[in-house]
Amino acid sequence: MSVRSRISRRAFAGGLLTVAVAPPVWAQGFAGLGSDAGGFAPVVPGRKLAFPDDHGPHPDFRIEWWYLTANLKDAAGNAYGAQWTLFRQAMTPGPQRDGWANQQIWMAHAAVTSADIHRFAEKFSRGGVGVAGVEASPFKAVIDDWAMQGSSATEPATLSPLEVTARGTNFSYALRLSADRPLVLQGDNGYSRKSERGQASYYYSQPYFTASGTLTLDGRAIAVEGAAWMDREWSSQPLASDQTGWDWFSLHLSTGDKVMLFRLRQRDGSNYFAGNWIGTDGRSAPLSPDQIRLEPLGFTTIGPRRLPTRWRVEVTGHDLAIETTPLNPASWMGTSFPYWEGPIAFKGNRVGVGYLEMTGY
Amino acid sequence: MLIVSNLTKSYSSGQDRVAVLRGVDLAVQPGESVALTGESGSGKSTLLHLIAGLDQPDGGAITFGEETISTMPDAERAAFRRERLGLVFQQFNLIPSLTVADNLVFQARLAGRHDAAWRTELIERLGLGALLKRYPEQLSGGQQQRVAIGRALAIKPLLLLADEPTGNLDEATADDVLALATDLVRRTGCGFLMVTHSERLAGMLDRRVHLHAGLIH
Amino acid sequence: MQLATLAIGLISATALWSGVQALNAQARTSYDRAAAALGGNRTATLVARDGGSYAQQLYVDLRRAGWPVSPAVEGAIRLSGRSLRLLGVEPLSLPVEARTAPALGTGDLQGFILPPGQTLIAPETLREFGLTEGATPELPNGQHLPPLKPQAEIAPGVLVVDIGLAQKLLDMPDRLSRLLLGSKQDGSRPPLRDIVGDRLQLDQPDAATELERLTDSFHLNLTAFGLLSFLVGLFIVNSAIGLAFEQRRPMLRTLRACGASARQLNAVMVIELCLIALLAGLIGLVCGYLIAATLLPDVAATLRGLYGAQIPGELSLRPEWWLAGIAISILGTLAAASAALIKAARLPVLAAAQPYAWQQAQYRWLIVQGAAALAVFAAGFGFLWFGDSLLSGFAVLAAILLGAALGLPAILGLVLALGEKLARGPLTTWFWADSRLQLSGLSLALMALLLALGVNVGVGTMVESFSRTFQRWLDGRLAAEVYLNAATDQQATEIKAWLKDRPEVRSLLPGARAEVKLQGQPVELIGFADDATYRDHWPLLEHTKDVWDRVARGDAALVSEQLWRRLGVKLGDRIVVPSDRGPWPVEVVGIYADYGNPRGQLGVAFGALVTHFPDVAKTRFGLRVDPARVPALIADLRSNFALGERSLADQSTLKAISKQIFSRTFAVTTALNAFTLGIAGVALLTSLLTLGASRLPQVAPLWAIGITRRRLALVELTKTLAMAAITALVALPLGLLVAWCLIAVVNVKAFGWRLPFEVFPFELAKLVGIALLATLLAAALPILKLMRMQPARLVKVFADER
Repeated sequence: MSVRSRISRRAFAGGLLTVAVAPPVWAQGFAGLGSDAGGFAPVVPGRKLAFPDDHGPHPDFRIEWWYLTANLKDAAGNAYGAQWTLFRQAMTPGPQRDGWANQQIWMAHAAVTSADIHRFAEKFSRGGVGVAGVEASPFKAVIDDWAMQGSSATEPATLSPLEVTARGTNFSYALRLSADRPLVLQGDNGYSRKSERGQASYYYSQPYFTASGTLTLDGRAIAVEGAAWMDREWSSQPLASDQTGWDWFSLHLSTGDKVMLFRLRQRDGSNYFAGNWIGTDGRSAPLSPDQIRLEPLGFTTIGPRRLPTRWRVEVTGHDLAIETTPLNPASWMGTSFPYWEGPIAFKGNRVGVGYLEMTGY
Repeated sequence: MLIVSNLTKSYSSGQDRVAVLRGVDLAVQPGESVALTGESGSGKSTLLHLIAGLDQPDGGAITFGEETISTMPDAERAAFRRERLGLVFQQFNLIPSLTVADNLVFQARLAGRHDAAWRTELIERLGLGALLKRYPEQLSGGQQQRVAIGRALAIKPLLLLADEPTGNLDEATADDVLALATDLVRRTGCGFLMVTHSERLAGMLDRRVHLHAGLIH
Repeated sequence: MQLATLAIGLISATALWSGVQALNAQARTSYDRAAAALGGNRTATLVARDGGSYAQQLYVDLRRAGWPVSPAVEGAIRLSGRSLRLLGVEPLSLPVEARTAPALGTGDLQGFILPPGQTLIAPETLREFGLTEGATPELPNGQHLPPLKPQAEIAPGVLVVDIGLAQKLLDMPDRLSRLLLGSKQDGSRPPLRDIVGDRLQLDQPDAATELERLTDSFHLNLTAFGLLSFLVGLFIVNSAIGLAFEQRRPMLRTLRACGASARQLNAVMVIELCLIALLAGLIGLVCGYLIAATLLPDVAATLRGLYGAQIPGELSLRPEWWLAGIAISILGTLAAASAALIKAARLPVLAAAQPYAWQQAQYRWLIVQGAAALAVFAAGFGFLWFGDSLLSGFAVLAAILLGAALGLPAILGLVLALGEKLARGPLTTWFWADSRLQLSGLSLALMALLLALGVNVGVGTMVESFSRTFQRWLDGRLAAEVYLNAATDQQATEIKAWLKDRPEVRSLLPGARAEVKLQGQPVELIGFADDATYRDHWPLLEHTKDVWDRVARGDAALVSEQLWRRLGVKLGDRIVVPSDRGPWPVEVVGIYADYGNPRGQLGVAFGALVTHFPDVAKTRFGLRVDPARVPALIADLRSNFALGERSLADQSTLKAISKQIFSRTFAVTTALNAFTLGIAGVALLTSLLTLGASRLPQVAPLWAIGITRRRLALVELTKTLAMAAITALVALPLGLLVAWCLIAVVNVKAFGWRLPFEVFPFELAKLVGIALLATLLAAALPILKLMRMQPARLVKVFADER
């Protein structure tokens, strides 16, 4: 159980996957992961990200994802969350083979969360035959009947506008995303370190999306609108083998500032902190580890697990001291690699909404 | 006339051989009725079975007129029993699947000595008229023994052998059956040898011999 | 002795029953595995309307529309001259219910997908082909299979590889055979028609697999035999317990008189019986295992030959089987003992005088049993009249057998009474009278003998009818001397051209096959040329006057007997065949026998078939050849066109193969038959042995009166033989009735065809002979004992103070 629970999206960048033995099917893709890039392209500092090309897949790298979270409200002011994620995993490096011989495996998660309902679904597919894949321009990420796609009007610099659809048992959604500000490079110009020993990923975001559309929950259609955040990340190198999980925040401040920060928990009890502060002017500044303080305030027990669902978050130098509460403490993603992911709201010296992801519990 | 001379017979009992008869001499004349008495286990029944040719002696001879029963082969002894001997047992030993009528004439017809008139007379004397259609299991002990005596006498045997014929009957019935038997024996002129341990019944016959320690006294 | 009898009865009952159960379970497990491994009928599938392959793009379209389908491709490949099914699956999308093998689930998925991939194979298939794990056997097309990996969950005869590899190996690039649809429903999805038009259709999963449905009748057959043997075994148990109880009666009285309650005594007896049943049941299970292991090859061969079902040749037993065997042994014992136990419970402490003479008692008993027999016969008639299923067919059969068994003592009683009436001599009178007396004791054994004989006669008649009919039928169906199936249409054209220069070929009869679905069930369409060969030989059961001219015109069809029964059509009716060119109405002008084919068949003109199904392979033909020149022609064909065993066969080989399949079909039946007869013999032997001891007091007076032991023994033997002979004579009409029931009711329901009913006097005489021989054997031991009995023992009867 603990082995399974250590895996999630950030696990791709991490290498927690090296200890992930056998969740059905998907883990197979990771069985070949070593502590090095194993023939895949390495993540090095100084690479200049280019768009629209980098919106598309990078098959030379082992792992990659397209990750969208949205904090939504209906007309009555009720809060909702939506998640749409597509993962790519290469089984072997080398030139891409056609058809069934293609070495890519795709996995996708979708979820809708309200204060008392949390629905999710999961999909798997092989690459090469046209059921799942991503194209850079016009942007199009699909798996089965789920899609996040643009049109000829989509700007490479803002990745806007986009349409997002997904559907699962007793839920579906269709959202339209638009942003008037350019993409934000995370870490150091898109080079995001994940440990002291140099494990890293390429990482950019579009935190300025506004979202509007319809959620369907248990057959009830709900018109919603709100803010959305898209993350793009790819890497070949695993996390350090002593990292057991993480707690990751994306925050929309009412002031218009956006904050991304996370801590990687290590076996010895210490944490590796990282994050970026994105100002209203769109400038992204990396946070140094000693600027970030995270402290669990309240716990929720889900099955055998005890998860810190309420947090105190402080960023010194930006005068942020808030306490977060989840919209639905039971935002559990019971997928092949289970984790907690759900919308949060926060109060303190700033207010706003965001998303919290916790793995390895 | 039956002559038994120096008859010996022993049985094995465990590893020992027990001598039952140690040289028995006995003669029964035609028309004579003889009671053979003795304690339990004295060999009365053994002697009777040997005379009937049911078993073979170890030594000595049993002769009947010209014929020596004791040396006859199995088949001849069977024929001798069938045609010359009447046998009556304590348990009656009727044939359960046959009616009284069929039981009565079974041996006579088997021996080819069936005599309808004699049969009618026997039925009348034995008082079996009303029972002819019944099966043995439907009869009382006395009735069964009367049928057995009738069966034995139906062939007009040279010798009637009876082994405790009244052992299973009450005293009054026993007297009645025995009186009938001795009367009929007299009428046919055959010899009659009856094994009994009853002094009273023994006294009803012409003569009595006592078997003790394997010898006749 | 009673213990031995009881044990023999229980062991044989349990053994045969469990043996048959083991066989059935083995087969069912295999079907399950096949169904699961093939993703066959266990999951819903999407298939092409014509049953053929289709473009992979349909899979992509459906997935993109939200249909959770998983692609599969399959085809036959040849390995070491034998045919195997190659199945390509896509493990990532495979529905959970089809994902049985570890390699497809949580195991080494990457090893399965990534080059060189893996070939999953059943361990027994691996052994059968003499292959080793990791081997990469070469296929006829020069490609190599991915390394073999044995997996117990794979059905025998099936090779499972990744879909991409399968497409390559089968040379079906971007083609699929079907799409598996998981039972898990993920949200709503658009209608199928909106995505793929009418190119694909949904095949809903069946509760039972197709194999299960097809082989059901066969298994029912086995079960019926198992049940019959079980009942015969219980007859033995019942008689043994009855006799044991009779012998214990005085002891029970004594115990009751001493103060033991009836309940206590019964409890003790039940515990004793259960212990014996447990032990005998265990031995029976071991014997059952041996029986099943012995029969399995034949059963497997039958199922393979008739239905193409692959059953592994090794028996695997589950704990349930053992438990069920023990349970049925104990339950059977208690059922057989219930009468005796009730009697014991009601046993009065004091013996009462017999109220009725034995004859009256027997008379009452015979009346009751006779009445029961009539009631059962009436019920059987009801089943026949109102029933319409295979099960009701077996119910008729069971009623006939049970009724006859119940009625047998009454019939015997009548015959014996008649004999007694007609008897003259004293010994003959006794002979009949005593037989009647013995009837009560022997009746159970004789009933068992009657059942065994009746079934033997019935099955024997059916099998013999079948083999004669089949012979004639084969002569009709396989009229051409040589049958040829070219690899491609082009090769077929070449062969035809080549054959033009062979004067010994008198005519060439083209043939073709297509497959359609009528009323949801697959039906074969065969096309044949208008030729005297068919006009003269085709085994028509019913036809219109101008049958062949009508077929030749292309708007009429011949219907196989199975299909005729299933569709319920008459001559002159119309059947609409869904052809590639749209609905094709054909008129039924003839019905022909098509023995042993589980599928329905329609015979149409070759030309018409090709017109309506333009894509069918035109590669099959039959050749009329001077028989003497067949071997030379075949040799020449082989050397010129590289035709394999299956592609080119002469008539005699085909006939031999067909006959082999069918003789195997009934081999199991015949074997079980023999077992049943054997058990009946044992029942008779044990009955006679137990009776022998109790009959001494009845026989001894006769000996004393002057009947030699030899003669007595002879009379006793004659008596037993006479009763067996009468039983055998009763068994003859019973057997013929059973045969009629099998042929006219059970076979029709089970297989869809009816055989002409024939009677074979020589076979019947042989069976009566066997029955008497069995009786002689069973009677020999008790008779010899009587013949050799020491006079001293007989004398004891008179001396014993009883």
